[in-house]
Amino acid sequence: MAPVMDGDLARQDAATMAAAMQGGEVTSVEVTQACLDRIDAVDGQVHAFLHVDRDAALETARGIDELRSTGAALGPLAGVPLALKDVLTMNGVPTTCGSRILEGWRPPYDSTVVERLRDAGVVILGKTNMDEFAMGSSTEHSAYGPTRNPWDLERIPGGSGGGSAAALAAFEAPLAIGTDTGGSIRQPAAVTGTVGVKPTYGGVSRYGLVALASSLDQAGPCARTVMDAALLHAVIAGHDPRDSTSIDAPVPDVVAAAKNADVRGMRIGLVRELGGEGYQEGVRQRFDEAVAILGDLGADVVEVSCPNFEYALAAYYLILPSEASSNLARFDGMRYGMRVGDDGQASVEEVMSQTREAGFGSEVKRRIMLGTYALSSGYYDAYYGQAQKVRTLITRDFAAAFDQADVLISPTAPTTAFRIGEKVDDPLAMYLNDIATIPVNLAGNCAMSIPIGLAPEDGLPVGLQIMAPALADDRLYRVGAALEQALVDKWGHELIEEVPAL
Amino acid sequence: MTSVVNTRMDFDQALERFEPVLGLETHVELGTASKMFCSCATEFGGEPNTQVCPVCLGLPGSLPVVNAVAVESTIRMGLALHCDIASWCRFARKNYFYPDMPKDYQVSQYDEPLCTNGYLDVTVPTDDGPREFRVEIERVHMEEDTGKLTHSGGDTGRIHGADYSLVDYNRAGIPLIEIVTKPITGAGALAPVVARAYVAEVRDLMRALGVSDVRMDQGSLRCDVNVSLAPAGEPWGTRSETKNVNSLRSVERAVRFEIERQGAVLSEGGRIIQETRHFHEDTGETTPGRSKEQAEDYRYFPEPDLVPVAPSSEWIEELRTTLPEVPSVRRSRLQVEWGVSDLEMQTLVNAEALDLVEETIVAGVDQAAARKWWTGEFTRIANEQGVALADLGITSAHIARVESLIADGSLTDKLARQVFEGVVAGEGDPDSVIAGRGLAVVGDDSTLMAAIESALAEQPDVAEKIRSGKVQAAGAIVGAVMKTTKGQADAAKVRTLLLAHLGVEG
Repeated sequence: MAPVMDGDLARQDAATMAAAMQGGEVTSVEVTQACLDRIDAVDGQVHAFLHVDRDAALETARGIDELRSTGAALGPLAGVPLALKDVLTMNGVPTTCGSRILEGWRPPYDSTVVERLRDAGVVILGKTNMDEFAMGSSTEHSAYGPTRNPWDLERIPGGSGGGSAAALAAFEAPLAIGTDTGGSIRQPAAVTGTVGVKPTYGGVSRYGLVALASSLDQAGPCARTVMDAALLHAVIAGHDPRDSTSIDAPVPDVVAAAKNADVRGMRIGLVRELGGEGYQEGVRQRFDEAVAILGDLGADVVEVSCPNFEYALAAYYLILPSEASSNLARFDGMRYGMRVGDDGQASVEEVMSQTREAGFGSEVKRRIMLGTYALSSGYYDAYYGQAQKVRTLITRDFAAAFDQADVLISPTAPTTAFRIGEKVDDPLAMYLNDIATIPVNLAGNCAMSIPIGLAPEDGLPVGLQIMAPALADDRLYRVGAALEQALVDKWGHELIEEVPAL
Repeated sequence: MTSVVNTRMDFDQALERFEPVLGLETHVELGTASKMFCSCATEFGGEPNTQVCPVCLGLPGSLPVVNAVAVESTIRMGLALHCDIASWCRFARKNYFYPDMPKDYQVSQYDEPLCTNGYLDVTVPTDDGPREFRVEIERVHMEEDTGKLTHSGGDTGRIHGADYSLVDYNRAGIPLIEIVTKPITGAGALAPVVARAYVAEVRDLMRALGVSDVRMDQGSLRCDVNVSLAPAGEPWGTRSETKNVNSLRSVERAVRFEIERQGAVLSEGGRIIQETRHFHEDTGETTPGRSKEQAEDYRYFPEPDLVPVAPSSEWIEELRTTLPEVPSVRRSRLQVEWGVSDLEMQTLVNAEALDLVEETIVAGVDQAAARKWWTGEFTRIANEQGVALADLGITSAHIARVESLIADGSLTDKLARQVFEGVVAGEGDPDSVIAGRGLAVVGDDSTLMAAIESALAEQPDVAEKIRSGKVQAAGAIVGAVMKTTKGQADAAKVRTLLLAHLGVEG
């Protein structure tokens, strides 16, 4: 355990903070206050948070400190602060999903993820920025303005969970919750030099997660270290009877796997289709180095082919908009959130239409229109139906690849963080950011992104994606922790230490 | 709304020229304690928006979970309708915007219903006696109900033209099953009664299965009535769909009206427009709703928030073996047990008196008396007041009590009818009515004797006739006694006392 003493409490990782609290060196109130102070100091530049729940956070922290003083048994993350993506409901706390249409809405209930965080004594600092309804890869599509990448404030922090990733990289919180529909946890992790995990579909309850695409969405842990992600994963995962798609099976022991950190004898598959052309030179270079390290650590590196991955992006952009067009229908101004045009004369249809016109941003409208079209009578089979077939083929590709390898790896994103504004008007270029992350969402298995260095040409973080079969989330942590340890040993420090001072 | 004058063709003439084809879609609320996808209560009549939660309000982030009892109820109904039960099926989303739908889509079933291909035999009365008619069932599926809108202002009671509308989501998410028939052909002039008998049979079946109490007055059964007329030699015509017909009588009237209306249109060389229509209870007519010529696109797709429903064959077989007696079998059994004719049985069925009579017999009343009360006096009162027999407030215990009072001579038939009048009027149970109205038979011999003696004194000539053996003259004295006792005497007893008093053999 690293001593906490030297200066900045907020820079410590969650496990270190927790150990210091358990050892009586520091209180949750102090740790929480340190994060709140950091938010005050830097969030004006970063804009990771949409809402900081200051008083409630300190109150929770005080409660934990009191409990601890009575000698009560507390969970491993009790008292540790966390940033929550603004797509998960929290009783009485604003939940906007980055959209104007939900401005001012305070949900009357806790999501299961929040309930489990509360039960574990985790201190929720507030809600983080995101692309509107999680549609985007840059957080530029937030109705409340973009989040900036702490590595370079002119660049995007990834998306849709750019707020959560930036909060970690800016040391505003040691832990965060993201949601990943096509890469929204992993791509922000990659471009901010942090760790992000998309658990197996059904591994973490979706109850209270405002749906983008129900069959793809999955909440997961975001952290600065693999062990922290594992500790958080263990808190939020597990069966929930309120989510029919939740898996009723034991959660793999991810914390033990992160401690194990041994890849000797593991077969690691390089996915031929996820790399090469279209990937930035520095990304490829760091990836190749990481592969070599895994080999040095005793893993058996093999090449595998997943030929149907090339159709993944096309299938994804039919399935996602189809489900989203239906999931977002309820935002009609009738029951909650924004209402426009209710002048006592306009018909209910007119009010619905005007509310949606004013309340949704352009990317949301684009996807609703795409999805509405794809589900329309006469087009359904050609679009939604075909996309579901591709989904089956991709699942089979994974199954075949996992016959040859225990985990698969690829670069997480084709490039490092691009400049704010660079791709915002080019949807196709934006969509290509998720080319390597989307197959996992379509197949429902799990994946992690971990930092593997900085691209030489721009000095920005590069992420490596580890993919494992459904319900084998522990393998991600075993490989991720081994690689992380080897890299820290090589660099002599964690990559995140290289973030420029804000 | 455009005003439409409906021209009608004589029913019999219409049937000479056209063959009616029916299709019935019946929605019934299941009687589960909780809603289809959440644990909210389903009780009718709660304060608006008190039986709601994030799930049935469709709040962002909430997720549905299937009510296993609703699935079981649907399978049992499917089995009772002789359907195939799917081993694997899914829910689907039906997408359209309407303020009574919290999510702006309805979770229903589309191309993968739980039950398919069944039938239901119904019996309809004809001039040649009862005739059995087989109605083929296309499918039975599950879905959630919508909220209930109340439109205020405007004169149509519909959303267009209303000043404002109120919505109650207590009903949103109540489990419904929808039972869809295949086209019903060959009923000819019986089409309206077949439609009625079918809906009645569905209702009785659901009650017998205990899956719903089917309160039509509370809107828990709603029927969409499809009618088309096929010109001679052609298999089909264009159909109209009359929505939300919610009483047996209305179903029959709507079918009849549509046959007459469409007959008139077609015989004048017109064209039937495929459209939804509204039925008006007051006029017995239908008027056009929205046109379906451009079919609404509901963009159905499998509900991704729910896993498939996959009942095991063991479970299905277990449910099959525990099905109760179906109404048609029960009717045959009761008819034999009670020894009644087809016609009498039809009368009991039409009066919806079967359950009531059976309960009354169980309460210890002689079966003939039970039938007589329910199909006679009570049916008359019910018709007079325009309420259902079951809602008169008369219980089998009331009848048992009154019958025992008749048996021991405390009441006469005439008095008993007055007792039931009192019960229906809300004066309490039979004993309370008797006490309140002072209806007990004047059974005290000395009181009766005094009345007899005074009647004899007033009519000495009649007394003499009786004494001389003209026993039939006793009626005048009995009548006078009944008059002085205000009908509260047992006439037979008066007569016996009178004859004994005069020493004449009865």
